[in-house]
Amino acid sequence: MNFIDVALIPLLKIGVIVFGFAMLIGSMLTLAERKQSAYIQRRKGPNRAYLFRKDLRLNGLFHLIADGLKMLLKEDFVPHGANRKLHLLAPMLGLMPAMVIFAIVPFMDYACTGAMAAPIAGKDYCFPEELGALANAPLAELSNPLFNADLNHWFQVANIHSGLLYIFAVTGLAVYGSAIAGWASNSKFSLLGGLRASAQMISYEVSMGLSLAGILMIYGTLDVNELVREQGELLFGFLPQWGIVLQPLAFFLFLTASIAESKRAPFDMPEAESELVAGYFTEYSAMKFAVFSLGEFVTVVFIAAIVSTLFLGGWQVPWLYADGFHFTAASMPSAVAAQQLTVEAAQSALTANTNFAPDIALPYWLVVALRIGGFVTKVLLMCFLQLQFRWTVPRFRYDQIMHLGWKILLPLSIANLLITALVILLV
Amino acid sequence: MSKSDIKKLGRKFRKVVLDTSERLGMDTALIDKDAVREILEYLRDEEKMQYNMLRHLTCVDYLHRDPRFEVVYVLYSMSNKTQVVIKAAVPEDDPTIDSVHDLFGCANWAEREVWDMYGVDFKGHPDLRRILMYEEFDGHPLRKDYDKQASQPRVELRKTERDAIEEFKTFHKQQPEQGSRS
Amino acid sequence: MTAEIEHDDINDLHTEPMLLNMGPSHPAMHGTVRMVLTLDGETVIKVDPEIGYLHRGFEKECEHATWTQVFPYTDRLNYVSPLLNNFGFALAAEKLLEIEATPRCNTIRTIMGEVSRLSDHLTCVGAGSLELGGFSAFLYAIEGRELIWDLTEEVTGARMTVTYARIGGLKDDITPDFADSWRVKRERLLEIIDDVDKLLTKNRIFLDRMQGTGIISQEDAISYGYSGPCMRSTGIDYDLRKDHPYFAYGDIDFDVPVGTTGDNFDRYLIRMEEMRQSIRIIDQCVAKMPDGPVNCDDPRVVLPEKERVYNSIEGMINHFKIIFEGIQVPAGEIYSYTEAGNGELGYYVVSNGTGNPWKVSVRSPSFYHMPAIHKMIEGAMIADIIPTFDTINMIGGEIDR
Repeated sequence: MNFIDVALIPLLKIGVIVFGFAMLIGSMLTLAERKQSAYIQRRKGPNRAYLFRKDLRLNGLFHLIADGLKMLLKEDFVPHGANRKLHLLAPMLGLMPAMVIFAIVPFMDYACTGAMAAPIAGKDYCFPEELGALANAPLAELSNPLFNADLNHWFQVANIHSGLLYIFAVTGLAVYGSAIAGWASNSKFSLLGGLRASAQMISYEVSMGLSLAGILMIYGTLDVNELVREQGELLFGFLPQWGIVLQPLAFFLFLTASIAESKRAPFDMPEAESELVAGYFTEYSAMKFAVFSLGEFVTVVFIAAIVSTLFLGGWQVPWLYADGFHFTAASMPSAVAAQQLTVEAAQSALTANTNFAPDIALPYWLVVALRIGGFVTKVLLMCFLQLQFRWTVPRFRYDQIMHLGWKILLPLSIANLLITALVILLV
Repeated sequence: MSKSDIKKLGRKFRKVVLDTSERLGMDTALIDKDAVREILEYLRDEEKMQYNMLRHLTCVDYLHRDPRFEVVYVLYSMSNKTQVVIKAAVPEDDPTIDSVHDLFGCANWAEREVWDMYGVDFKGHPDLRRILMYEEFDGHPLRKDYDKQASQPRVELRKTERDAIEEFKTFHKQQPEQGSRS
Repeated sequence: MTAEIEHDDINDLHTEPMLLNMGPSHPAMHGTVRMVLTLDGETVIKVDPEIGYLHRGFEKECEHATWTQVFPYTDRLNYVSPLLNNFGFALAAEKLLEIEATPRCNTIRTIMGEVSRLSDHLTCVGAGSLELGGFSAFLYAIEGRELIWDLTEEVTGARMTVTYARIGGLKDDITPDFADSWRVKRERLLEIIDDVDKLLTKNRIFLDRMQGTGIISQEDAISYGYSGPCMRSTGIDYDLRKDHPYFAYGDIDFDVPVGTTGDNFDRYLIRMEEMRQSIRIIDQCVAKMPDGPVNCDDPRVVLPEKERVYNSIEGMINHFKIIFEGIQVPAGEIYSYTEAGNGELGYYVVSNGTGNPWKVSVRSPSFYHMPAIHKMIEGAMIADIIPTFDTINMIGGEIDR
């Protein structure tokens, strides 16, 4: 427990993951949204900003910097009669949950610095140089970082054992930003927008939570990294059991509920431009508005990250394990056999039996790179999908949003839960 | 055929229908202004005529003629597909005529426009205020003696802010069962 | 106090209704209209529309202009379909003069009128989608409108305020390669209409917003003088092109879509179908375009050709008198009506025998659709105002003149 372990390394991870990944992709999304909407609408989008030389335009990439500078330099005003402290606090409360959620998003499994890493029954296990006390321990202890010193926490900011509950807790905090913003602006339009936003977000939190309960039941753990590891197991011998394969209904319910939480189209009634000018952030300008809008885009990234982690296999690339590609379950020891093995027996079984060799062998650093690349690709894909939704469909009316949340999504989530329970019982 | 409709109208309301004509295909009847409601109601409700749509309501200002104004009602029958034009002359010294806003819904705004532009007062209209001009406008712009380039007096800034809730309460006290203010 | 308002669900809770001003500068108000809404939560109790922010004195200006000088003013009435306004006034003046336009002129007027109608409907459908949040369908419709404006520019010389009609004829004959130009644009227009159709018509969210909102009954529609797509959406088949044919509409084969329930979705569907029918009308007219002169040969009305003007005294005097004194229209009055994009556009024109009209009164369809908006909106929610206000296609220039 020295200073490096406790403070420096987490700060470094926060810097890279939250600021280097989440905020970076969030800012890029401000531009990507404009370019993507332009290409959908048969036009080109912003491509004028240049740096250093007049023809160095990079097809509009510098608009990122231009927009940021514009937001910094605008006049910041507080409307007459508004509560100054709350007006200042609201954007911060809007951005904070989106950034904080990245604490538990795993970009890769525990990095293995030991001698050998190989999959058993679809999960990777890291065997250290010298087994020592682990030799006769059951396999489960091998994947526990407390016992196995060769497992490194490099790719996740904090390994909270009840990570799923942490997700629920943080999304619950997201309501405060919009509610306080609507109230603090002393304007009827903002108040209407803030009220709509609060009611909408509270309604959809319930379905969000219930749809994830099915995931919990199937994989049996709250730890997010474990959830992703469990998704590596092969169903029927060849299909990776990602969340979307086992719980397709929950995937759609969770995706819909999350888009409604983040108040993006088609659920963007609280900020509907044509009716309420800009809803609860009508009276915000300059950096406060930029913080709100950045918060919205970072929420897009966080929804993409959570959906990828829970339903799309997280950092799993299909059939890729720590030592290479295994295309069928036959090339790994089965789950039944693995339950009775001790660590030493498992290691000798893996090295002795040539059936357990990978189909395509890959060095470990390549596997790590592929996995991180896979995760980033999934996140970008889900971001693209959410942006695509926004520019295709019109928006719901407010009572239709409520109807959808309470009368359609909630019963479907409960039904999903019951069906999952039945299936687990019978199969 | 609206040809015989006009003639029928002339025969039935002999005292108040002053003239009929069919020039250029327009069946027109010039009537006494006090009989407007009676005649329009007859035209609307009579079985074979059924002139149930008020196509246009406007006013013409014949400046050097007495009576000066002429309020024109263009009526159309949806079932017979015929049209009839009723004109009522309104003198300058008594520019009032009955309102037909309860017979035809669209007459409400059309009469407001005639009041705004010409100054013809419609008796019985629930809400006769200016529609195209602003409230403090002085005069009636489409009258022939209103100069096209006339300038208006300056509007004073209101000293107190209008209290919308108070306005609503007073208005609602006066007319609790009204729909909107139109 | 508020106990005077009878609502079942707020008798126990002491609430005050809120006055909200959807002011003249608001993204969803087409043109500039102010609506003072009295809200109870999200429900509209009373609505008071206030117009007149775009009043430019059309009628007063027309009284001081010659008959031909009225045409630029008519462009600016319904500025998304200017040709239809132009032709309506030309028809009114020609009726007073008791002259007939030539067959070629009538066919060209039909074609360009339908082209303008396409532009009007594309704008209406696009703007409706824009305000509901489906931004992409709007831009597809605008691409279609650009094609229409390109075509209009080829024929008339201007994209939007065209001043193409003249009394007794048109400013210019149609371009010789109009048929080819139309053939190319027509394909792309049909594709765009199909794209917008696919994006919107079966879209669950769009249906939820448009179906069952903004309903008007048949009795109210007749009483308030509705016409055009708004009237046809209630089920009454009233189309001036079929009932009282004018120009070349009598010889052309086309269908008129009629709705059933009088809600926003019916008006949207009617407009989509009318676009296809307009394309059909233009195809037929282009196929059987009659030859002959465009302007009728009445020297009191039509300007003589430039060669005669510069080379003969009679031509020059003729030109001079028509331009300076205006066309001497015999005294009388007429109410002439055509089917514009929104409904029945009527001109009540009074002439006193001189070259200036005595009165030109415009019966604009939007002015007669607007007063009934309280019947469509009261009792509904704020969010329903947006599609309702869009599908009745209230154009600011038309309602305020």
